[in-house]
Amino acid sequence: MVKARLTLLGLSLVLALTGCVDKKSQARGVYMLVDTSGTYTKQLKNARNVVNYLLGTLNPGDSFAVARVKSRSFTEKDIIAKVTFDKVPSRMNVQKRQFKKKFDKFTRKTKKGSAHTDITGAIIQGSEYLNEAGAGRKMIVIFSDMQEELDKKTIRNFPIKLTDIKFVALNVTKLRADNIDPRRYLGRLANWEKRLLAAGASEFKVVNDMEQLQRIFEQ
Amino acid sequence: MANDWWMIWPGNPALSAIILFFLLVPFLWAGRHSMHGVILAITYAFSSPLRTGARWLMRGAQELSNRNRTVLLAQGRAEVVQAVEREFDRISKKIATELHDYPSMQRKVMDEITNIEEDYKNCTEVPPPPPEWTDAIKNIAKIKKGTDGIVEKLLEDISKSIDRGYTKVIAEYRKAYESRHKILKSFQPSWRSLDQEMKEVNKKVTGLQEAAMSVDVHMEKFEGIITETKEAEHALTSSASIQLAISTLVLLVAFGGAFINSRLIALPMSEMVGAGDYITAGMQTSDVAALVIIFIEITMGLFFMESLRITHLFPRINNMEDKSRRILMWVSLTILLILAGIEVALAVMRDQIVVASMELKQSLAGTEETAAAVAAAAAKAGLVAKIPMIGQMVLGFILPIALAFVAIPLEYFIYSARTVLGTLLVMAVRGLALSFRFAGNLVRHTGSALTHLYDVAIFLPLLIERSVKKKMGIFEKKPDEVISFNTTLTDFQKRHASTGGQ
Repeated sequence: MVKARLTLLGLSLVLALTGCVDKKSQARGVYMLVDTSGTYTKQLKNARNVVNYLLGTLNPGDSFAVARVKSRSFTEKDIIAKVTFDKVPSRMNVQKRQFKKKFDKFTRKTKKGSAHTDITGAIIQGSEYLNEAGAGRKMIVIFSDMQEELDKKTIRNFPIKLTDIKFVALNVTKLRADNIDPRRYLGRLANWEKRLLAAGASEFKVVNDMEQLQRIFEQ
Repeated sequence: MANDWWMIWPGNPALSAIILFFLLVPFLWAGRHSMHGVILAITYAFSSPLRTGARWLMRGAQELSNRNRTVLLAQGRAEVVQAVEREFDRISKKIATELHDYPSMQRKVMDEITNIEEDYKNCTEVPPPPPEWTDAIKNIAKIKKGTDGIVEKLLEDISKSIDRGYTKVIAEYRKAYESRHKILKSFQPSWRSLDQEMKEVNKKVTGLQEAAMSVDVHMEKFEGIITETKEAEHALTSSASIQLAISTLVLLVAFGGAFINSRLIALPMSEMVGAGDYITAGMQTSDVAALVIIFIEITMGLFFMESLRITHLFPRINNMEDKSRRILMWVSLTILLILAGIEVALAVMRDQIVVASMELKQSLAGTEETAAAVAAAAAKAGLVAKIPMIGQMVLGFILPIALAFVAIPLEYFIYSARTVLGTLLVMAVRGLALSFRFAGNLVRHTGSALTHLYDVAIFLPLLIERSVKKKMGIFEKKPDEVISFNTTLTDFQKRHASTGGQ
């Protein structure tokens, strides 16, 4: 009787280890957009803090990429650094150090901002990256004032698909015009929220207080 | 309006219902026996299976109880036999170790006694023989004084010689006493030795007596079990309940230890099996791997205890040849020690991972220089900073060994749970049977009540019927005209049986 019970226990353990492995990926995918247009370049130091925070938060198996937003951003060339962390923690630590070095190098080099801001193109690029990474929980962090400015040739006014992606707009600074008429700022954010949710995004949040970052990422 | 078809008095449902009822009463009276039959048949259809179910459950509970009793007594018998065997083994060891030199001790005691006897004989006082001249002195003493000078002179001489003799005798007598005292003094060591020997014998014999008393107690218990007395059964059941409570408590403590142990090795295990794979949403593969290691350690501990014959969960291991059993014991012990060693290594690895992770976080939070400074400060802290790591290493080694002992409470838990759960199951089945019986009776009496209620509704024609019958001289068997449930049910059952249950 005891033997039969132990056999059952063993079988259930084997089943748990082989057959019942959770098929849905628990890995997170984070794609961070850093606005490098105009005067927003001055905010790169804050962006570095956010990147460092994210590097400290992400776990083995998670994917992380940082891309710049400039005049036309629907291209892999704008990805500053990307990584899928190794499952082994010690190797993951090495990857995190390398990632940090790459981004630090980028912040040191970047002095001049681009003329236009193609946030939509960068978002499409980001969603493609996240879908390819196969992450279970996808997030696009937009470090920008959310003011999109496209040149005349760039076309972005078409429907896009951003299913199950969570959006966090970080450090959305107020422009001079926003100060004159705050409705511009609020309208801009509302417009983005409407557009992203319509495209299938799971959530859109705005975080201007960096202290709240931890709460957002732990959710 | 479609629902008003039954209203004899349109617009007045109450009056319509009363009129309708009075119209129906003759029909209800006419169909009284059949309606009673229908009501009783329906209630019987429900109450009968319930009562049958109750009987079946009670029989099942009785069988289960008998089975529990048999198992309980068998377990108790086995335990008492084991205890008696152990006591006999203890007695035989005591005899072998403590009383093996009893013959020599006895010889020694006998020698001592012989010595004492001889010495005693030697020291007995030998009264000196009375001198032969005492009779002559008696006669001389009768001679009167002062009659003759020669006689006086003779008496004086005799007195002097007697005094001299007396002094000599007294001296000899004292000398003899002194020598006897010396002999008596020489008794002392022999007495002491004898006393010591007797005390030792007493101590050993007392130990044996205690063991014999313990055997007596076990034998009394055994007799109770053999004769299957209620007292023995109750004693065994309550003993099983206590054992279950204690073993559950110990197992909970052990599982707490196992959990802590698994948390200790989960992080370093992620270096081996990876940290990003999940078995379920909240459980990483590395956590499960750590748990598997713990389970293997517990299993090895179980085999170790089995091969030592401390536990008896696997009869095949217990019945193995001594050589094979010893091999199994060494194999399980070796694996257990290897796993404990692995845990020590994992504890070191865990510490390194934690330090590396902290360094990384510090470098992310500040600069590389800050991180390096923190690392250097940690290195300077020396042995004090290593206390957690040493603690983890010690825990890593001790916990697997401690977990090996889980086998003992586990065995108690399994055997006592069988008894306690069996008793609880019997109680539950009996409770269920009681509720079935209660429901069956309730349905049966509801049927009886409904027949009475039916008669209440048609009381008027019943009264008329009774008075008519009375006038006609027809007497019924039951004067109150109420058909008892039992009679009707019996009739119904007879009809049911005659139709073959159709």
